[in-house]
Amino acid sequence: MIAAYRRWKRLHPAGPLDYTRKWPMQLTLAATFIFLYAPILILILFSFNDSRRNIVWRGFTTKYYEKALGNESLIEAFVNSLTIAFVSTIVSTILGAMVAILLWRFRFPGKAGYEGGMALPIVIPEICLGVAMLAFFARIGWPTDLPWPLNLGNIIIAHISFSFPFAAVVIRARLAGFNRELEEAARDLGASEWETYRDVVLPYLKPGLVAGALLAFTLSLDDFVITFFTSGPDTVTFPVKVYSMVRFSVTPEVNAASTVLIVITLFLTAIAMRVQNRSAKRD
Amino acid sequence: MTDAIIEIADISKAFPGGVRAVDAVSLSIREGEFFALLGPSGCGKTTLLRMIAGFETPTEGAIRIDGVDMAGTAPNRRPVNMVFQSYAVFPHMSVAENVAYGLKMDGVAKPEMARRVEDALALVRLDGFDGRKPDQLSGGQRQRVALARALVKRPRVLLLDEPLSALDAKLREAMQLELVNLQKSVGITFVVVTHDQDEALSMADRIAVMETGQVRQLAPPAELYEHPNSRFVAEFIGKMNVIEATASDGVLTGPGLGVIARAPDLGDGPASVALRPEKIRLNMAPTPALGKDEAEIEGTVTTVSYHGAESHIYVDAGEGVLLSATVQNAERDAAHRVKRGDRARLCWRLADALVLKE
Repeated sequence: MIAAYRRWKRLHPAGPLDYTRKWPMQLTLAATFIFLYAPILILILFSFNDSRRNIVWRGFTTKYYEKALGNESLIEAFVNSLTIAFVSTIVSTILGAMVAILLWRFRFPGKAGYEGGMALPIVIPEICLGVAMLAFFARIGWPTDLPWPLNLGNIIIAHISFSFPFAAVVIRARLAGFNRELEEAARDLGASEWETYRDVVLPYLKPGLVAGALLAFTLSLDDFVITFFTSGPDTVTFPVKVYSMVRFSVTPEVNAASTVLIVITLFLTAIAMRVQNRSAKRD
Repeated sequence: MTDAIIEIADISKAFPGGVRAVDAVSLSIREGEFFALLGPSGCGKTTLLRMIAGFETPTEGAIRIDGVDMAGTAPNRRPVNMVFQSYAVFPHMSVAENVAYGLKMDGVAKPEMARRVEDALALVRLDGFDGRKPDQLSGGQRQRVALARALVKRPRVLLLDEPLSALDAKLREAMQLELVNLQKSVGITFVVVTHDQDEALSMADRIAVMETGQVRQLAPPAELYEHPNSRFVAEFIGKMNVIEATASDGVLTGPGLGVIARAPDLGDGPASVALRPEKIRLNMAPTPALGKDEAEIEGTVTTVSYHGAESHIYVDAGEGVLLSATVQNAERDAAHRVKRGDRARLCWRLADALVLKE
């Protein structure tokens, strides 16, 4: 076996640019993969662990999935998270696209300042944003006793405010490669300004919109810090709920719920990438 | 002029920063002609075209298309269509959808739309390509789509911005012929912007040569080539030898060269004499009998540049005068007879030398 490998290696020597066949590169790759994925794999693996303490492997079971699905407050937090993520993604993407088009298309006084101000939530520490949101909603007297899903309003607003700049940046990057002659061609062929956006700019923008939406969705779904400050006792989200569960003990139930979240995220990403690949092929 | 389809009156375009891209240009384009705007990059030709299309607003002056002043008319309301330099074929639409787009915007009924799209695709020889996506087409085919898409709207004028610059040399030549044939068969006025003088000469009925925002000369190709009105036009169109000469008593003499041109009406003083390389004959032996209407100078061959069908022979005649003569390689192996360092005589008819006052 080893002799055969040596023979193969002698017959196929690594070229000067075959970095992946040199051991430092292979080691780096292996290390990267281990650091990135070992914790996630362990999380998924231990969601099937038949042990309450979840430290030693005690055999395979799916009962913690049943338990997680039966945990009403966990499910409630999960539904809250998905609702918040869904609404804030839609609003962030639309708002981000509008900002991106505004900055790409028009010149106006104070544009540089506006652009900087728009990107501020990206650099402001989350903790500051969280405290600011808390103070803001307390100051304006945001009602706390609204029925579901209106009671999620303040969290949704907070999520939109920190995720739309990310969407705007992604969409703007896509716009930068837009051939302005396409827009002019549509105008030349009789399209009004609105029709030009609908028929030419938006289809071109689709991969950017998908990428921006995906980013906004994941940002919202796993946000803890800002949500922690804006959520009340009746508006617990999934990350906040998991945090409170972990404070008692890390049970396989938490692992199981997290695994479900990972699967959902992977599924959505796969759909988004399919959409993007199909549009990217045409450029 | 009654048959003018586009009238441009004293039009100027100043960009922020004070650059006058187009400076007081007036010209009229006739119905059904193939008109070329020719000039080096930055001469304002594309800006002028974009003002006709409505993508730029003139700072001063007026554009009338078919007698109607276009001031304040948006691009989508003008009776002109444009073929863009990048072709701007919509990447997410099929060939047929691209061609149909303009008709859809006009609200043309479905059956008529289908018929016209089919006709337009046949016109540019793209029948059967309806369902293809632009990324499955070659550059030449994409250009045909852009042409069909513009022509299907039956515009009064078709504007083409550097239509051939993105094609390779062989295809460009074929497309030149095809564009001319297409224009003659549809009878629509074509206005083409180009920096390639060869392209303009071979395609256009009339050419406006532009420089620094102004029209230097507007004439049919042959007149432009044989009777340029300025040194700029003379040197921009084709190859040109220019000799700094002195005029006195109606004849021009070059530095140490004797009489090289005649201009009875020209006053005394310095003037330029321009000579096309193909109008110069190259003799290796002394000319037996020089006619009295001919000029001859002697010099040393400095470079022989071989181009297959012809060779360009560069001759140093002393006093800083370097002339090039074009020799047709009509016989096989004729090019090898002239060598660097040979003494040669250049000879031309005085009537073929052009006197430029500037």
